[in-house]
Amino acid sequence: MTYHWNWTFFFDVADDGERYFQWILSGLGWTVTVALCALVIALVLGSILGVIRTTPSKALVAIGDAYVELFRNIPLIVQLFLWYQVFPEILPKGAGDWVKQDLPDVIPAVFGLGWYTAARIAEQVKSGILSLPRGQTNAGLAMGLTLAQVYRYVLLPMAYRIILPTLTSESMNIFKNSSVTYAVGVLELYFQYKQIIEKTNQVLEITIVVTAIYFILAFSVNRIMAFIEKRVQVPGYITSGGK
Amino acid sequence: MGGFDFSVITNNWEYLAKGLRYTFQVTVFAMAGGIVLGTLLALMRLSSIKPLSLFAAGYVNLFRSVPLVQVILAFYLIIPIALSLVTGEMKPIGAENSAYFTFTIFEAAYYSEIMRAGIQSIPKGQVGAGYALGLTYGQVMRYVVLPQAFRNMLPILLTQTIILFQDISLVYAIGATDFFGAADKINQRDLRPVEMYTTVAAVYFIICFSLSRIVRQLQKKIAIIR
Repeated sequence: MTYHWNWTFFFDVADDGERYFQWILSGLGWTVTVALCALVIALVLGSILGVIRTTPSKALVAIGDAYVELFRNIPLIVQLFLWYQVFPEILPKGAGDWVKQDLPDVIPAVFGLGWYTAARIAEQVKSGILSLPRGQTNAGLAMGLTLAQVYRYVLLPMAYRIILPTLTSESMNIFKNSSVTYAVGVLELYFQYKQIIEKTNQVLEITIVVTAIYFILAFSVNRIMAFIEKRVQVPGYITSGGK
Repeated sequence: MGGFDFSVITNNWEYLAKGLRYTFQVTVFAMAGGIVLGTLLALMRLSSIKPLSLFAAGYVNLFRSVPLVQVILAFYLIIPIALSLVTGEMKPIGAENSAYFTFTIFEAAYYSEIMRAGIQSIPKGQVGAGYALGLTYGQVMRYVVLPQAFRNMLPILLTQTIILFQDISLVYAIGATDFFGAADKINQRDLRPVEMYTTVAAVYFIICFSLSRIVRQLQKKIAIIR
């Protein structure tokens, strides 16, 4: 059997009147939307969790640790199914039905992906803060800053700069991981990929194109983060920025 | 919906256990194959022969920038096409079988980055000393560099394996019956999402949490010896 190459099928009209390349573009739009929204959630929640895991309060540390262990040790697709199928069932009936019927599929997907990634970012923020000399906290407190001010003005500005390289790879991961949200009904790039294969059977062409798009996405995120790393660099402190 | 019905789980336990066994089998196979292939890729990447290092860099960067679900589906569909070029006939290889191959190839890219860091962590002087003693390249790698690199990187290799173990759940994309796939199929028949998915999450949590604890202990042990 020989494979029939057909590079022009992207311009063919699909059942819904759109052309296949438009399916790909709309999938790409959803991939970027889901990934960016989830990234915002992950950064905010991950930072809070990372910070509370370094505070003197034992209770806060325990909460942060429990969250990280829980969300890191369950596969993403299982977590998405928990939010999407189990969570509405344990809510009161009215609320559960609303989540199932009226809430767009993309909302639980974005939060699920964000909460999953938050555990990883919490781990990085914590190790960034812990990598700073303890004297900095003490110096800040001795100068009369409150603990919150020490975090805000002394620890976090440096900690974020230190963990920027690992945040880069986590941002690239969130774009890749957003593909799993297809399983709970988000019409993102991987979903369109799968659908186009079912409709046209042009496996090789579409695989090459979608692989290239994911490759470019990962590369762009990498460049943007390198740019940020360069911009926020503290002269003489971190010299390896923007590689 | 009613309460949490444990009989749904006990009645289907055999099917779930079969899925879990498949998950373990793919994990062990892909770990072994991935580490061997990954070590070869790391050696190629660090080699002074340009085409080899370029090939390894391309391989690793390609697989590290593409989502795993896409690779799983693409390989599942493309392997039969590739095989038909050799054998001349189109024969499906089955979702369960293709996953063994896909995960080995895919994870090799990640293991290779770990092994590369491990090899680079060995002081250059040791390689020089090996050559000065008259060892060949193969012998230096076999007896001096790789054993130490492997040992230093063991905790990270195992952490990557825990990630691999969780990632097997993505064979959902091709309908293979791994642990999660088994639970999902039971749910589609019996409509018990709460029992099925909660069980899967709990079992995954217990296994991965315990494994990561063991890895942490191991890390402490190795750190002291070094």
